[in-house]
Amino acid sequence: MRKLLLLSIVLSTGLLFMGRLFYLQIYDTSAVIKSENNAIKVVYDYPQRGHIYDRNNQLLVSNQPSYDLMAIPQDIKPFDTLGLCKLLGIEKEKLLKELNRARRRASWLPAVIVPTMSTEDYAYLGEQMHKYEGFYIQKRSLRDYQIDFGANFLGYIQEVNQSMIKKDPYYKSGDLIGRQGVEQQYEKVLRGVKGVKRYQKDRFNRVIAPYKEGKLDTLPVAGRNIQLTIDAELQKYGEELMVNKRGGIVALEPATGEILALVAAPNYDPALLVGRERSKNYTQLDADSIAKPLFDRVLQGEYPPGSPFKALTSLIALQEGVVSTENKVYCNGGYRYGGKKPLGCHHHKSPVQLIDGIAYSCNSYFASVYRSTIDKYNTPQEGIESWRKHLASFGLGNFMGYDLPTGRKGLIPNAKMYNRSYNYPTYRWGTTATISNAIGQGEVLMTPMQMVNFTAAIANRGWFYKPHIIKNISGVDTIPSKYKEKQVTTIEPKHFEPVIEGLNNVYNYSGGTANFLKVPGIEICGKTGTAENSIRIDGKRVDLTDHSVFIAFAPKDNPKIAIAVFVENGYWGARFGGRIASVMIEKYLKGEVTRKDLENWVLTHSLEEEYQKPLLGKPFPINDGKRISAKFLAEENQEL
Amino acid sequence: MSTGSRSVGSFDWALILIYLALISIGWLSIYSASYNPEIENFFSLENLHFKQLIWIGLGFIIITFILFLDSKFFERFSSLIYVVAILSLLLLFPLGKNINGATSWFAFGSFTLQPSEFAKVATALALAKYLSDIQTNIKTLRDQLRAFLIIAIPALVIIPQPDPGSALVYAAFFFPLYREGIAAVYLILGASVVTLFVLTLLFGPLYIALGVVGIAILFFLKNRKRRPSKMLYLGIILSCTLFSFSVNYIFENVFQQRHRDRFNIVLGKEVDTQSIGYNTRQSEIAIGNGGWTGQGFLQGTQTTGKFVPEQDTDYIFSAVGEEWGFMGSGLVVVLFVLLILRIIQLSEKQKNEFSRIYGYSVAGILFIHFAVNVGMVTGLLPTIGIPLPFFSYGGSGFWGFTILLFIFIKLDGNRVNEW
Repeated sequence: MRKLLLLSIVLSTGLLFMGRLFYLQIYDTSAVIKSENNAIKVVYDYPQRGHIYDRNNQLLVSNQPSYDLMAIPQDIKPFDTLGLCKLLGIEKEKLLKELNRARRRASWLPAVIVPTMSTEDYAYLGEQMHKYEGFYIQKRSLRDYQIDFGANFLGYIQEVNQSMIKKDPYYKSGDLIGRQGVEQQYEKVLRGVKGVKRYQKDRFNRVIAPYKEGKLDTLPVAGRNIQLTIDAELQKYGEELMVNKRGGIVALEPATGEILALVAAPNYDPALLVGRERSKNYTQLDADSIAKPLFDRVLQGEYPPGSPFKALTSLIALQEGVVSTENKVYCNGGYRYGGKKPLGCHHHKSPVQLIDGIAYSCNSYFASVYRSTIDKYNTPQEGIESWRKHLASFGLGNFMGYDLPTGRKGLIPNAKMYNRSYNYPTYRWGTTATISNAIGQGEVLMTPMQMVNFTAAIANRGWFYKPHIIKNISGVDTIPSKYKEKQVTTIEPKHFEPVIEGLNNVYNYSGGTANFLKVPGIEICGKTGTAENSIRIDGKRVDLTDHSVFIAFAPKDNPKIAIAVFVENGYWGARFGGRIASVMIEKYLKGEVTRKDLENWVLTHSLEEEYQKPLLGKPFPINDGKRISAKFLAEENQEL
Repeated sequence: MSTGSRSVGSFDWALILIYLALISIGWLSIYSASYNPEIENFFSLENLHFKQLIWIGLGFIIITFILFLDSKFFERFSSLIYVVAILSLLLLFPLGKNINGATSWFAFGSFTLQPSEFAKVATALALAKYLSDIQTNIKTLRDQLRAFLIIAIPALVIIPQPDPGSALVYAAFFFPLYREGIAAVYLILGASVVTLFVLTLLFGPLYIALGVVGIAILFFLKNRKRRPSKMLYLGIILSCTLFSFSVNYIFENVFQQRHRDRFNIVLGKEVDTQSIGYNTRQSEIAIGNGGWTGQGFLQGTQTTGKFVPEQDTDYIFSAVGEEWGFMGSGLVVVLFVLLILRIIQLSEKQKNEFSRIYGYSVAGILFIHFAVNVGMVTGLLPTIGIPLPFFSYGGSGFWGFTILLFIFIKLDGNRVNEW
């Protein structure tokens, strides 16, 4: 017994230590992370962020140097506080507050004390820095915007936050990352890869040697320049036209799917989100819950498309074979069905055939052919599904796959949705329940980007490329292959000709809804849209002035530009949308605008008053309080 | 001096090989922990590893000397050696040099000597001599007290230096005493004292008193048929409660704050990674950084960055842990366990009582050093500054352990020759 005491204690101690070592070295990995922080100083070498050019190689975004005053709180020795404040030109309280904040967070980690100092401040301070132990200056590269527009698709760069670091360990605290627009979409291309140098530190935080003889160090990989498909001139012009309006303009090159202009209004100067004022300005933009400048209406706004949708109604009806260009429909100021309130129409010549139906935007005609399309099938469910498949082939009702980080799906209703809302099979629903779809006014929702895409597909007579904003990545010299795959719609090319004829007559007929918008020397095809809309105020539905919608492409043959314009509460299609589309097309195709009358009208008309109406807290008239009568139109010398 | 009748081959080569393995790994660890790339000359006396190499070299001369001495020398002169050791400890009070707050060294120029490292050997010899005396009967209280006195004198002289860590090592002599037949009640007493001490610090004396009373009542009821002595139970309860309250009093009033902090951190009552617990935390990080196979020689970030304080002395094991990983540090643990077990095994084979008792003392001393040091470095025990044998930097310590071990190897080598 007595012989065994020491023996057993020694053995069990040995086992205990093996267990403890196993726990510390194998099981609990937290020590490894801590030791990295402890003993290795990591110095990053940030490459220049790539520049951004427009389609004509105009420089849009480059870089500017910026200097941050940094500090490692635990290394700070007592210093001449007032002297430093004087050098920096800041209040003593502010300096102490920043230092305290940094100390509380982590006294061994570098923290930004004064961000983005000017080059002059830096030059002045640089000579004095040796007096202030624990402080140092870090050079950074900020964006330098050559233009004061395009903020919605350019995006911005910001310091990474904790959740981004967690998601991608490439980023370390203080790194910059692209947010929104192409800065986010092409972040990896633009930023390059930072170089890493590691140094072995001792416990006094002094660097003693390169870590592992620098074997693990890496060189930075430069960021690549990118060229966008945007035409800066056209973009700028579009943003000028949209001043004092809300909505958007988006223009594509139909043959390639390249985005020529992407105007979201209201917009802001991209330079607001650079430098010392960035955070303040961002908060201000973000807090504007009324104009919502950070809300990209072109990509995120979902609106009822209104009458431009009639072109699609026609195409589907032709493809389904339920109508020919010869079929006539009588219009008596509306389409009556099931003894309910008719789907109203305005005054125009009657009866109409397909081409005239489009040109005059006759609601009765499209309600009729839509009904035939759906009723071709045994049940309305089958009919809706067939209709939906055609629309889906135009990129509607789903994400479009363009190379910008925001977007919405829009909405193309399916049979399931109607079944649910009508409580099928307890109750049945028929085609007429969905009749508003015929004129783009029912459940159908689209983003302006989706509208321009189907316009381009019509311009191409049945195919399109996915819209994209990237034209070239320097050094790669190709773009993602999905933008080179032709998307073919379910409509045969031959059915497009009569529809395009109708769209052309919108401009050409004296009674066409866009006759006054003709541009000399350019054959434009387009379609007006006037979309009813409403908001809720205190839980009550309140109608607002109609949206002004317009789609167009030109020239009619071999089209070079497709455009969709959406102006919130712009009253009717041709009023704002049509004018803007016409001058934009002329600007792009001719380089200058001859229809100065249209241009001036747009530039001088503001909708701010209209936008104020719902905010004033009292009842207000919409659509100028007038009925759109023939007399009114004559006075305005315009067409609906 | 040599008996001349023994060939070198009869020394226990297993012990010698383990010893050589330990000092080799130990020296490499000192090399890492003290590595300074700015000193290019290997033979510079600024290099701790070069100095340690000198101590090792001189240590081999001492080993040779011990192995050629007459094996009866140690038994014969043990009393004298003991007296000299106590005197040298006492001389520290007027003559010693104060390093890091402890007056534990004699200084000869830049060379220092720590007599407490040798006092262990002397005490082991003296105890072995006394217990192996034919007239000594360890079962009697008088002889027990004398044996305790032999152990307690050096410990009591060392404590006020102050060096409580080195004094703690004298607890190691409990093992030879127990082996030689001291009553098991001392073992129970010792274990109870330690348990009560720790529990008091964790829960406070009031709960301990209540707990002791409760347990006593349970035992009393269970054994009541055997008519237990009420006085005995009362005595146990009273002494436990008194002990608990006095521990609390001593802890709060006699201990210094730094001692209290160390205990509180190990007992998990306080978490402090920056000031008091810094050493232990850094040591755990370094060891944890080793993983399975370690960072490699001179590649440990914690070790080369000198994050672990005292890493070349008391915390040397953390360098092994970081640079050689679980494989390396596990191997060191295995080597120590084998070394101690081999000493116990050989001790049991001794026909000579003196050799057996001395062997047990050696095993006990090495074990206490190993257990307390590795326990501290791996964060299992409070910070108690005692070196890891054959590893920690320092001439005195290295020589002390070498002499301790090789006297046993010499004694063991003579085993066959006797009778």
